[in-house]
Amino acid sequence: MQYEVIMNFPILSIITFLPFVAGAIILMMPPERKNETRAIALAAASIALLLSGWVYLQYLLGGMTGYQFTEQYSWLPQLGITLHFGVDGMSAPLVLLTGIVMFTGVLISWGDDDKHVKAGIQDRPREFFAFLFLLAGGVFGVFVSLDLFMLFFFYEIAVFPMYLLIAIWGWVKTREYAAMKLTLYLFIGSVVSLVGVLAMYWAQYQNTGMLSFDMLQMENAGFSATFQYIWFLPVFFGFAVLGGIWPFHNWSPDGHVAAPTAVSMFHAGVLMKLGAFAALRVGIMLLPEGAKQWSWLIMAFAGIAVVYGAYIAFVQTDMKYMIGFSSVSHMGLVMLGISTLNQTGLTGAGVQMFSHGVMTALFFAITGMIYDRAHTRMIPELGGIAKVMPFATIGFIIGGLVSMGMPGFSGFVAEFPIFMGVWREQWLVAVIASISIIITAAYIMMNIRKVFFSTMPEQLEGHVGDVTVLDKVAITTLCFFMIVIGLFPAVMVPMVERGVENILRLLGGA
Amino acid sequence: MDFLNTHLLSLILFLPTIAALIMLFLPGGETKLLRWFAFASSLIPFVLTLVLWSNFDPNKTGFQFQESYVWYEILNSSLHLGVDGISITMVLLTTLLTPLAILASFSITDRVKPYMMLFLFLETGMLGVFTSLDLLIFFVFWEIGLVPMYFLINQWGSANRDYASLKFMIYTMGGSLGLLLAVQMLGVLFGTYDLVTLYERWNALDPGDILLGMSVHTVKTIAFWAFVIAFSIKVPIWPFHTWLPDAHTEAPTAGSMILAGVLLKLGAYGFIRLVLPLYPLEAKIFAGALAFLAVAAIVFGAFAAYGQTDFKRLVAYSSVNHMGFVVLGIAAAGLAAGTPDAHIAMNGAVLQMFNHGLSAAGMFFLVGVIYERTHTRNLEDFGGLFPLVPVYGGILVFTSMASLGLPGLNGFVSEFMVVRGAFPVLTIYTVISMLGLLFTGAYILKGIQKVLHGPMNEHWAHGEHKLTEINTREICVMVPLMALILVIGIWPAWILEVINKTVTALF
Repeated sequence: MQYEVIMNFPILSIITFLPFVAGAIILMMPPERKNETRAIALAAASIALLLSGWVYLQYLLGGMTGYQFTEQYSWLPQLGITLHFGVDGMSAPLVLLTGIVMFTGVLISWGDDDKHVKAGIQDRPREFFAFLFLLAGGVFGVFVSLDLFMLFFFYEIAVFPMYLLIAIWGWVKTREYAAMKLTLYLFIGSVVSLVGVLAMYWAQYQNTGMLSFDMLQMENAGFSATFQYIWFLPVFFGFAVLGGIWPFHNWSPDGHVAAPTAVSMFHAGVLMKLGAFAALRVGIMLLPEGAKQWSWLIMAFAGIAVVYGAYIAFVQTDMKYMIGFSSVSHMGLVMLGISTLNQTGLTGAGVQMFSHGVMTALFFAITGMIYDRAHTRMIPELGGIAKVMPFATIGFIIGGLVSMGMPGFSGFVAEFPIFMGVWREQWLVAVIASISIIITAAYIMMNIRKVFFSTMPEQLEGHVGDVTVLDKVAITTLCFFMIVIGLFPAVMVPMVERGVENILRLLGGA
Repeated sequence: MDFLNTHLLSLILFLPTIAALIMLFLPGGETKLLRWFAFASSLIPFVLTLVLWSNFDPNKTGFQFQESYVWYEILNSSLHLGVDGISITMVLLTTLLTPLAILASFSITDRVKPYMMLFLFLETGMLGVFTSLDLLIFFVFWEIGLVPMYFLINQWGSANRDYASLKFMIYTMGGSLGLLLAVQMLGVLFGTYDLVTLYERWNALDPGDILLGMSVHTVKTIAFWAFVIAFSIKVPIWPFHTWLPDAHTEAPTAGSMILAGVLLKLGAYGFIRLVLPLYPLEAKIFAGALAFLAVAAIVFGAFAAYGQTDFKRLVAYSSVNHMGFVVLGIAAAGLAAGTPDAHIAMNGAVLQMFNHGLSAAGMFFLVGVIYERTHTRNLEDFGGLFPLVPVYGGILVFTSMASLGLPGLNGFVSEFMVVRGAFPVLTIYTVISMLGLLFTGAYILKGIQKVLHGPMNEHWAHGEHKLTEINTREICVMVPLMALILVIGIWPAWILEVINKTVTALF
């Protein structure tokens, strides 16, 4: 009885629309009341985190399978568009991830505004948080949508605020260029996949006589093998552009570098997952035959991304570029896992999306903290940060270990099954991709050594202070998830596995 | 009591980690408290190991004190723990050396809290390798142990620590890459990581089968070398040893003690636990190659040690030399599997691992003792110190003699067994290795002579540089080591009995 009440409670709509509402409230605040604005933002983000955590725990502990917490409201019945929400084992961790990144993003944007340090967002925080929440709402919407039109709708909502956030609050030197590049890339990607989606819509109409964007119905639309073969590429790669797949990745590091810290966290932590997730949900799940035909191409591209991304990250001198390219490498692993189309590989990809999201958010957060205080991100110009920011140093080391795939942390739990999945399909790719582990270890270790432990350059001496309490809360939150999943894979893996079963069913047990 | 008996291994394994986490909440400034807390908490696993040892039944074959907890369900991997006669010896070595190393680090004054915490984490990592019966868990602990060691060298090491720690890290991780891939392949082929199951099913493969588009023989050969290279780097065998002198030299004293005392054994243990049981045929085929590398390590290690002017580097190269005997024993056991020669060689190899752990830890500590007082390790700067520090001199001579292989001390027993076991099957190699043994004597005596004998360097005799005698705490570190060195030297049966039963059943 009580269970039913819980199930009828429209929790997913609340999670999705809460950021929009909060953003609207924030916009109504007077601009000079910065701290009150921030407090409202933090309260909203905390609620979003709690609700998404609650959904996650319900799904995990309740042993749920398939789509749960479903809601359906009619939106435009003439075209078969409904507001259909639901989460499965694949998307519930990503909803939680969005909650985490939103919460920590607000925390580190609060900043520190005394006479020495200007950290966080001090310029127009009201507008900043409003746009950030617009972005967050869009991201939540994509992860919970079961309607293809709605998925698209939220997808575009999530991309658009990025432009403003980067162009207005970004790094002065490259923000216009990066914002333009990012937006154009992503719009081109989404237009390409939109064409594919419309083709699916009409093909379904021809096959079944139904006008519907509902993805659960499209699963049974009976697309012909030739249709899938042709349309898989635009649909999958259109979305995968946002996932940073090689060779369409080069908007991504530029965007990371130009974006303000919280936006970089969102961008690498969540937005790239949006691409991978949509490519999986629309490309692989709705066009399974096409996926089987083309999986070799995804695997080849992803394999290149993994090694190439790591290598390019290795030669960077700007910390943000380094992390940006390491994201390309790690998202390559996600794509590699997806391309295996088998249970272990897909499960690994699911966990890697979460693990990488948390890890890279942590990286960008700490890099932002350093930049705000040292006013440089160039690795050769930094040094001795460990003495002044010990807490952030430990956070960065933990993130580094996750990035290296060190056992005991979430990165290993995610990467190991991906590699095992690849072994099942094409062992040579696993061998080649594993080279990235060494390259990653080398650049992470060299970066930690130079930035955090070498002697501090004279011009930084005395200027760089410790991070704030809120920053420490954010770092602790992010590290907590990486360690818990690393030590106890059972808190996430079984759930992702249940989501993967659904994908495997659509793939016909392949 | 019942809980203690059924969870003995997991207690030994995780108590150091728990202690480290408790330390996190102790005040960072209370140096004395932190030191004693770390020391006391590292003694608990040692006491539990003594309980383990006394409850261990050497006559039973197979693994004892087994525990199993599901860790990663989808990969079918469990935290499966258990010990046999080989691993229990290594567990004893680890839990014995860790408190001693912590006691030796009481002279550390810089950031005591993270230092001690890293040491305790390191202990868990090492014990995990020795006790796990699941290939994936083995790999997990194998890699985890790297991290604390890296930071110990990188943060508390001497001048060239950056270079040395990165080299250590990249070498070992590069070596583990092949291991990682081979582990994944085994997991994919059999759907389980349980070692006991893997032993059976991997060896039961029909040689005519096709795996991954290649014959079983080819796959096994590739996987064999992947394993061998990973473990060879850790042991280290020539030509993979070049990280070791740097890492040892730059590490803080206690770090070198653990590095030489236990970490090198992880590699040799990998040979014994994984390579020989999983690849008996390949071990036989490639025994000659392995013996060649081992002999190269023995001879070149000895020559290189002789050529050093840095006391710590000398001891570091002596590790290459001594660990070569372990690998020679393993190669002989692989070649002659099933014969008494193999049993003798393997017994010698395991005992040599234990013995080298004692004497290398002791030697590194003694180098550290004199370095702390003189701030130099250059052999030319010493000379004639015996009259100034008679007690230290006596201890140094005693430990050096154990390292040299003097009959009556422990090194002789194990080296003799290795040589006796290897001689009938690898005659030429064994004969050449004797040449190395000769030079072992030479470099050890050179070390003693340069430090203790000859004309006294007056610099250390008077004034502010006056050399002080070894203190009580430092003697306390050496006493357990020296006692064991002597006991094993004159009465090795108590430990060999435990090792031998397992070795006879396995090889």
